[in-house]
Amino acid sequence: MTILNDPVNAKLGDRAQLSYIASQAADARLNVELETEGMTLNIGPQHPATHGTLRIIARLDGEQVLWAEPSCGYMHRGYEKLTEVRSFPQVTSLINRIDWLGSFANEVPFILAAENLMGVEAPPRAQWIRTILFELSRIANVSLFLGDLGVQLGAITPVFIAFRDREYVLNLIESATGGRFHPNFDRIGGLKDDLPAGWVDETKVVMKKLRNFCDEIEALLFGNEIFQSRTRGIGVIPRDVAMQYGLSGANLRASGVDWDLRRDQDSPMAWNKVDFKVWTHPDGDSFARCWVRLQETREATKIVDQLLDGIPAGPVMAKVPKIIKVPEGEAWVSTENPLGEMGYYVVSRGDSGPFRVKIRSASFNNISITPWLLRGVYVPDIITILASLYFILGDIDR
Amino acid sequence: MVNLLSSPAETAPVVDTTRDQIVADIRATLGASVVDSLVKPGDDVWIRVTTESWNSSMQKLQAMGFDYFCFLSAIDWLPSPFGRGEDDPTEPAPERDSTIRPGYTGGETRMQMLVRLVNSRTHVGVNVKADVPNDGYTIDSISNVFAGANWHEREAHEMFGIGFVGHPDLRNMYLPADFEGFPMRKDFPLLARMVKPWPGIVDVEPLPGGDAEPEEVS
Repeated sequence: MTILNDPVNAKLGDRAQLSYIASQAADARLNVELETEGMTLNIGPQHPATHGTLRIIARLDGEQVLWAEPSCGYMHRGYEKLTEVRSFPQVTSLINRIDWLGSFANEVPFILAAENLMGVEAPPRAQWIRTILFELSRIANVSLFLGDLGVQLGAITPVFIAFRDREYVLNLIESATGGRFHPNFDRIGGLKDDLPAGWVDETKVVMKKLRNFCDEIEALLFGNEIFQSRTRGIGVIPRDVAMQYGLSGANLRASGVDWDLRRDQDSPMAWNKVDFKVWTHPDGDSFARCWVRLQETREATKIVDQLLDGIPAGPVMAKVPKIIKVPEGEAWVSTENPLGEMGYYVVSRGDSGPFRVKIRSASFNNISITPWLLRGVYVPDIITILASLYFILGDIDR
Repeated sequence: MVNLLSSPAETAPVVDTTRDQIVADIRATLGASVVDSLVKPGDDVWIRVTTESWNSSMQKLQAMGFDYFCFLSAIDWLPSPFGRGEDDPTEPAPERDSTIRPGYTGGETRMQMLVRLVNSRTHVGVNVKADVPNDGYTIDSISNVFAGANWHEREAHEMFGIGFVGHPDLRNMYLPADFEGFPMRKDFPLLARMVKPWPGIVDVEPLPGGDAEPEEVS
């Protein structure tokens, strides 16, 4: 580059001049000895990417994150303490509100833990309907994620499609349980009620609509070049790190771990009666996490279809005492919830209420990886990574 | 009702060879560190390790294949001096039994650690417990073994007041930094229940016209 060594006599074209300035600027950025002043960026507590009120404090060097730390607790409601002064049937109305987008799925592991301690088993019909409602809450939950994902990357259309189609699922949940968001429908020993007339046929129609929704989102979002370039290779979580942090659900399966509690665990629920595929992705990046969720939503509609065909006849409630007293003991039950593994460690002292309940929520573990994951990423990628990890604030803070 | 606190052999004739084998393997690897163990056939495994070997047991269990960290928490075995928060605040508080009675696999202290690890190949989990000494409530941190334990230990620190030796950063997660007391301890009152009697008490009383004695479970 002799021409640049003698800039006085050199006659630079416009293009050469511009590239010279650009290379100088790049050198200045790369110069590690150049003192740059860091800055602290505060994201949230009110931010559309946080699904509630999560605050992220990020220390930046230029566009790069030096460290970032989520600050939780804006929505801590102390459910673990409150369960100690509630009776077993009362607890379900509290834990409904942990992951509010898939409420019914929150009730199931707790009820299963109580049933485990009492030695009660719900009749088959109740187990099947439970499983159907569980999968419906998964669809309602994850379809909102798929729509919201677009918003966080600057695409507005998917969220309207998602809200339109999620409505059909919420209507189903409402017509079966009476509650759109907080069904409080699961009981120790079975369910509050049987399904309403015509519900099965209606659900089949809706499942078809939801499969169309998945196709639509796949074409609209996952095939989009901007979406791919913003998510592929961003926020990669290797398998062993995911295991150490206790990631679960789609976040774990997107790191190549073939593990689904619906398939790999003995459960009284009806998952072992149907045939379904557990989707995994080897990449571990943001795209993989979103892609696995999309496939799981589609798979869930197929699970519901299969279950609808085979609901056994019979009662929906086992014979349980009017006053529920749970025998002394400890039990751990977890299920594959929309956000990941959700479990309850229930300690009973033979009382009408639990002695201690440890709520193991998926989002708490999933989000605890962020200080590790956000180191060194660029500011716009913070939003992509958080969106793809998919958490619900109520599920972090409990 | 079946009392599962007694030895499992006499109450449950079912044999769970998988889980019995897991306990045998763990006992062989951890040696004298294992104080007690319990298998509920077809359900779950509990083991209790000594306080001193808490960290090293975790390392050995991880090397054995229990490499998935599920959760960490603590249990306060002190019966609540406030009962179930159903006392009338205008009446003097009734006398309550305050004997500390531990759960599965026993224990000598008021506080106990509880960790659940899962084997990622066989998908079988174990619940590992350890006593937290009554003087000072401190135990070794396991965040150097399982990175995910970091946040769980922070939560246990602020909620139960348990100190973790070797933890990098025990700042509060949920509570304000100047908060006094440890909310999840049993002797920390739930103030909402202290100022006003709980109306929900009617729910657990016998129904009018109903039978006072619980029916037998069929």
